Amino acid sequence: MARIGVFVCWCGSNIAGTVDVEKVREEAAKIPGVVSALDYKYMCSDPGQNSLRNIIKEKNLTGIVLAACSPHMHENTFRKAAAKEGLNPYFVEIANIREQVSWVHEDKERATAKAVDLMKMMVEKVKRDKPIEDVRVPLNKKALVIGGGIAGIQAALDIANGGVEVILVEKEPSIGGKMIQLDETFPTLDCSSCIMTPKMVEANQHPNIKLYTYSEVEDISGYIGNFKVKIKKKARSVVEKDCTGCGECWNACPMHKNIKSEFNVNLSERTAIYVPFPQAVPLVPVLDRSVCLHFKKGGKCQKCYDACGPKCINFDLQDEIIEETVGAIVASTGYDLMDTSMYGEYGYGKYKDVISGLQFERILSASGPTEGVIKRPSDGKTPQTIVFVQCVGSRDPEKGVPYCSKVCCMYTAKHAKLFAHKVHGSQSYVFYIDIRSTSKGYEEFVRSTMEQDGAIYLRGRVSKIYEDEGKLIVKGADTLSGNQVEIAADMVVLATGVIPKKGSDKLAQMLGISYDKYGFFTESHPKLRPAESSTAGIFLAGMAQGPRDIPESVVSGSAAASKILGLFSKNEYEVEGTIAGVNEATCVACFYCQRVCAYNAISRKEIKDRSGKLVKVVANVNPGLCTGCGACVNACFSKSIDVKGFMDDQIYAEIKALAI
Amino acid sequence: MEDKDVKKESQNHTDVKIESGNSGDPRIIAFVCNWCTYSGADLAGTSRMKYSDNVRVIKLPCTGRIDPLFIVEAFKKGAKGVLVSGCHPGDCHYTSGNYHSRRKYATFRDLLGYLGVDLDRVEFSWVSASEGNKWVSIINEFTDKIKSLPGKSTDIFTKK
Repeated sequence: MARIGVFVCWCGSNIAGTVDVEKVREEAAKIPGVVSALDYKYMCSDPGQNSLRNIIKEKNLTGIVLAACSPHMHENTFRKAAAKEGLNPYFVEIANIREQVSWVHEDKERATAKAVDLMKMMVEKVKRDKPIEDVRVPLNKKALVIGGGIAGIQAALDIANGGVEVILVEKEPSIGGKMIQLDETFPTLDCSSCIMTPKMVEANQHPNIKLYTYSEVEDISGYIGNFKVKIKKKARSVVEKDCTGCGECWNACPMHKNIKSEFNVNLSERTAIYVPFPQAVPLVPVLDRSVCLHFKKGGKCQKCYDACGPKCINFDLQDEIIEETVGAIVASTGYDLMDTSMYGEYGYGKYKDVISGLQFERILSASGPTEGVIKRPSDGKTPQTIVFVQCVGSRDPEKGVPYCSKVCCMYTAKHAKLFAHKVHGSQSYVFYIDIRSTSKGYEEFVRSTMEQDGAIYLRGRVSKIYEDEGKLIVKGADTLSGNQVEIAADMVVLATGVIPKKGSDKLAQMLGISYDKYGFFTESHPKLRPAESSTAGIFLAGMAQGPRDIPESVVSGSAAASKILGLFSKNEYEVEGTIAGVNEATCVACFYCQRVCAYNAISRKEIKDRSGKLVKVVANVNPGLCTGCGACVNACFSKSIDVKGFMDDQIYAEIKALAI
Repeated sequence: MEDKDVKKESQNHTDVKIESGNSGDPRIIAFVCNWCTYSGADLAGTSRMKYSDNVRVIKLPCTGRIDPLFIVEAFKKGAKGVLVSGCHPGDCHYTSGNYHSRRKYATFRDLLGYLGVDLDRVEFSWVSASEGNKWVSIINEFTDKIKSLPGKSTDIFTKK
């Protein structure tokens, strides 16, 4: 038998000024099933809550309705008060008679009639409430970090230092990501590999971090606390535990021409068996089977095998699938640079001395193809004039992408500065749209590039680059002076835009997280939940979310780590109980619900009899993934699925309560 | 009241006969999502904006939860206008619920017309949590529109 209590709040004069609260109380008392009706000045105050608790106890209430302010204000307050008296907290319903009645209407009689209606609806709803228990999901306290760039490494180290095991998966033969390719970093000019290498080594040696390089995440299923992960460890052809990283194998490899080094962005060559760069972590080579003579010419060449002291080269190694169970995941897959082929007028790929910003980083780097001496790719001469072109691809909705790549203004200023430092008497020109230098020390850095290092900044776009008598002629506009300019340069550096890592959309689909139209992963909330994805237990870090610089990537890695450590500080994860549930007796296993579910929360469940014979297949809701949105309810033809707290019969009862 | 009675009552809701309401003071039912429109309506309140009091809001987690039959039921119970409102495209708290709703609504409109409901009496809109003023103007305009329509167009549900 329903025993409902209705509590009408005055909220001082906020409600009572426009709504006749006594009338609402009187009307409530007339409703069948309402055993107690009361009005009070401030229901949320201590005395208000106490009287609510007393009446729950005295009248043995089975449900309560508060005609008060918005449920977004005090629903939790009253749920907690009810729970203290042993009433299921979901047996509390709020009729919003402040934000949606007294504050927005002026005619007292009509406002009161509306308040009565809203109260009646909630009485009918609460009569049909079912007890809801919050769901507890056990947590496997192990984390997976996908992507071993600076953001992923930072996340892995922070989690590992918090005492939690981490699996770090990196697609490339070495961790380090894009940051390890950089020369010096703005605005402090500390050398990237000097600050990055120790972190890479720490990650490799950390007792809580298991590192899988040259590996990819192949499949992920499950939900927060219990993700099943399949990792494909690609065949390296080198037995990692035996390799000493001595280098005899790659020195012996006959394939030292025509294979472009990915690490040096095609500015140098590598061998078929190689480490991408000397400080690679782990320092274990990878045999690139697509170019190796052993694999291309039927096993004849085995020079690396012969040269190897510990005999750790094994041509027969196969891809390996490793299965792990983790409780939380960080997706930090990083970025790629845009293909600039649509800017044919800039001649990238046609003129050797038109290069990308990342290629210039490699030229500047002491470990790069020119050992840090600035030489142009065509003839190895040191350029005296370099033109830098910003926003190649970025902020160009027609040809490229509309967004700003954020880091190019700063790295171009750095390039111009380092060029001035390394080649005395040289001159650089920078074509820009705007200068965006908003972090600490950035604006000063750009200023000093202009004022102390003499870089000439020209506000405008470049229209054409062509070769003429060994010079690159750069034609562009200087919109501030209103003049067309023409510069004869020795080299041109294009600040190419940033795009999400190739394949990140596929990973997002596998993870069940959302991504924007460019392919960057979307945060659960852009302001208030920037480290979380839309799926519980999956966190985001680094450039995979959008353009950002190194400090921001580090911050985001740490943020994701702290979220995971917070999650793992308890043994169970608590989910609100207002989720979907299936009536297995009536479910016909059409799985339309599965199609509309944005959270992969619905799976097939087989019901078997005692002898193990399949009786029927039904839909099953995973409480760890379900958010209670109710899309599945409307997709269900057989009305076998419902969302707790918003059941069909409750909504119909609310509508009926409004019948005229 | 016995739980059994509650159940029986809710099963019998289709049989309840409703008198045709006064078209000068029409009842409008708004089905709104919890995250955007309900919060937008709250914002109108906290900003002390004033709007027509004919509307009664039924809160659901998401517009994706709004069964088209709720709309039929609302007309059946005497509503003269029904409003569905949720998060803007791309803003859905549940990623895609509003898209499901929009698609369903597009198909369902035709069916409502077939049932004899004047399609001017159903409205679909997006109101975000920051659009208290949009909520106010939608309610006011929709109420004015319903008031201006001839009274009998939902009779299909009141004749038995």
